[in-house]
Amino acid sequence: MAADASAPTLATRFPRPSLIGAIGILVVLLAALLLAKNFVVAPSRFVEVTLIGLTTGCVYALVALGYTLVYGILELINFAHGDVFMLGGMFTITYATHFFNLHTGQGAAIVPIVIAILILSMLSCGLLNSAIEFIAYRPLRGAPRLAPLITAIGVSFIIEDIGLFFWGPNYVTAPDVFPHSNVFSIWGIDYGWNKLIVVLITIPVLLGLLYLVQQTRQGKAMRATAQDMDASAMMGINVNRTISFTFLIAGALAGAAGLCYSLYVTTVRFDQGFQLGLIAFTAAVLGGIGNLPGAVLGAVLIGLIQSWNEGLPWHMPGSDWTQSIVFSILILILVFRPEGLLGERTPEGG
Amino acid sequence: MSQQHPPLESPIEQWGDDAPKDVGFRNQLRARWRALPETQRIGIVAGVELLVAIGLFRLDHSLGYAVLTVSLLLWMRRLPPIPWKLAAQAAMVVVFLAFGVTSLAALLAIFFAVFWVPVRYRQWTMAGVALLVTVFYPFYASKMFTIPVFGVWPDVATGVYMLVFIMMAVGLNIVVGYAGLLDLGYVAFYAIGAYTAAWFSSLQFANHRWHFGAVGITKDLAGIHVSIWILLLAAGMITALSGIIIGLPTLRLRGDYLAIVTLGFGEILPQIARNGDNLFGTGFNLTNGPNGITPLDSPGFGSGVSNATGHFLPANYLVCCHTTLLGHQIQSTDVFFWTAVVLLLITVFCSLRLQYSRLGRAWIAIREDETAAAAMGVPLMRTKTWAYASGAFFGGVAGAYYASFKSATFPGDFFFNISVFILCMVILGGMGNIAGVIVGAAFLAYLNQEGLANTGQWLNTNIHFIGHLHLPGSDQPGLDVPLFASGIYGLIILIVMLFRPEGLLPSRRIAAELHEGVHDAPLYDAQHAGTEA
Repeated sequence: MAADASAPTLATRFPRPSLIGAIGILVVLLAALLLAKNFVVAPSRFVEVTLIGLTTGCVYALVALGYTLVYGILELINFAHGDVFMLGGMFTITYATHFFNLHTGQGAAIVPIVIAILILSMLSCGLLNSAIEFIAYRPLRGAPRLAPLITAIGVSFIIEDIGLFFWGPNYVTAPDVFPHSNVFSIWGIDYGWNKLIVVLITIPVLLGLLYLVQQTRQGKAMRATAQDMDASAMMGINVNRTISFTFLIAGALAGAAGLCYSLYVTTVRFDQGFQLGLIAFTAAVLGGIGNLPGAVLGAVLIGLIQSWNEGLPWHMPGSDWTQSIVFSILILILVFRPEGLLGERTPEGG
Repeated sequence: MSQQHPPLESPIEQWGDDAPKDVGFRNQLRARWRALPETQRIGIVAGVELLVAIGLFRLDHSLGYAVLTVSLLLWMRRLPPIPWKLAAQAAMVVVFLAFGVTSLAALLAIFFAVFWVPVRYRQWTMAGVALLVTVFYPFYASKMFTIPVFGVWPDVATGVYMLVFIMMAVGLNIVVGYAGLLDLGYVAFYAIGAYTAAWFSSLQFANHRWHFGAVGITKDLAGIHVSIWILLLAAGMITALSGIIIGLPTLRLRGDYLAIVTLGFGEILPQIARNGDNLFGTGFNLTNGPNGITPLDSPGFGSGVSNATGHFLPANYLVCCHTTLLGHQIQSTDVFFWTAVVLLLITVFCSLRLQYSRLGRAWIAIREDETAAAAMGVPLMRTKTWAYASGAFFGGVAGAYYASFKSATFPGDFFFNISVFILCMVILGGMGNIAGVIVGAAFLAYLNQEGLANTGQWLNTNIHFIGHLHLPGSDQPGLDVPLFASGIYGLIILIVMLFRPEGLLPSRRIAAELHEGVHDAPLYDAQHAGTEA
């Protein structure tokens, strides 16, 4: 009996199609049909909206990576991350207007300035994030898992109010420095420089992160700590410092995202971080939380979905429903495929 | 099945010193404190008390005396049982009466009367006294003393608000405190309850006309109008049902995944409420969009019941009660207040009875170790779903009652902040302990409604640099404290989780869980050794 049960059978190697799987495929097919119809109705609009979605996806990817890094190492959903991103935008605006006097029409001179602001903003957010870890999460290292989660919500609200205190309740405007002229304009498809610049900032940051995690000693320590905290401590890895470093990196990514967002959208408000953070978290879950390429993939997908939903002309729900759609995706993914698109199955996912 | 109840936990008795020793901020502080010699400890405590008393004396004389009296009385408890101790304590209260404000003195006298009751009856006496103090609140609310910094005592309308939020906190406590499932979307249940009440007691569905027991409306009024008492129950049922519907697919997930899914629902439902005036482009007006549904029918028992009970139960809450009782003219707000007290009592009763029932013990088992509970034969899904449904039920009733009290429902009331606000109440008071949750919820609800505004006013007038602060985006100097409400709740959550994760009035069992750590305790020392090398 036991031997029979453990022996691999044909049925386990070729699982029967389940009802849930069939429904899922049906939903995806319907969405694809809707997109195809939109493509037929307005092809140039479709491509343009897709390019916008890619740009938004890049910003989401930077934020989602922060969630996924922290979750990978501490199994903690760092709710405060979205608000750190918001502060990144605020820092960028303050540095740009007060330190560097950045303004419209400076031409190519903005390149070194933007890079300097990028480094400053990443540094500030990274330090802030590791300070949060030191104050709020480290004392709770041994506590049940819900304790740091609840604390993270508290911290998120505190950070939000810090933004409110220093930058006020209204939209803060960033100097509109990215040129709006077109990179190319073919078949009625316009692609502006401002979108390309966001991508150009994102890709080196992503490559840098990849190098850091996969090639350096510190990255190796991060991966080891994520796999097994106790074992890596026994192997001589300073676990607390590694976690601090992870928070620093995550915060730096949020700072970069804040810069991209504030200079691309040009307005930031204190309460935008939480919402955008939740969307980015959805992206991280969609790709498989704890999985770095997954976070980027999920973020690009979410960016595309959002932009298709808001920009396509033929029978789309529109921007009123963006949040609902994103959260529905979150719920569906968590319920039916908790390991995400690229992740591995975890016991928590059941 | 045996119906033996373990003794209920009395909050006062737990200030003893048998807390489990372990790691963590608070216990390290506590250990350091314990290491001090006895005389130093007494000196420090007495010094702090004296400082607080002097500080309060400068703000308000009678409060300074009050603090002094209370600390003296507490110190006297440490004395050996000398004769006439009781009389000496009583004499001190009398002396205080001579100096202090009457209302404050009366409050203190009641407080100490409770302490003179023998320990074995104390718990029930405290509950009874608290109930009496609450029920008679409308009679003496206007005569209460002014608290420094916080200002006047809450008025009766704020009292209704507080009671409604206490109800919701007690409901959420079933989910978070008993079953250990973090629900970040409790506001969805509040919203469902409120909209249920609104749909069936307003002009929202004006092309139908169906009346059933509603009071205070004319016979030919359009829309659906159902008696509020049926609606409260129906709102609870519908909310519980939606809790089950939300729960069934999601409760399979553990811990933080569940929290995220509930958060998702808590964000989706208000958005449906906001965009529901033209649902999915069909033109069907479900929720009247951002304008909300208003006005709602007034609650009431109808003239038949009212006459039969000798006008004890009012026919219509809004136009009622011009009687004067104990020198206080009874207003319709007072009636709303007493109804809320009754609803809260029902909630607390159900919650207490559930706590040590078979179901309640199953919740505790799941909270402490899900795998072990499942191995012992606790049906996980069914038990969790019941926790969800019962928590949702009270949220729905509270939402429906509050909508009926406000006579309106707006989608703007159902933000994520509210979910966190209610969660903060549960955490501050002490997860799993009803008394703690009630105290925490009452305090926070008061802060949200009146306290923060009063405190802000005090800060702006009395502290120079705050009063002259120039913040971006505001055209007048000073700090608008209510604007920062959510950050203040965040700070409360952070401080409580770091220093006293079991809350102010903890449940002993939860305190033990939080301090021992349910997960992965054994290897913790190895990790510490690793960081120090």
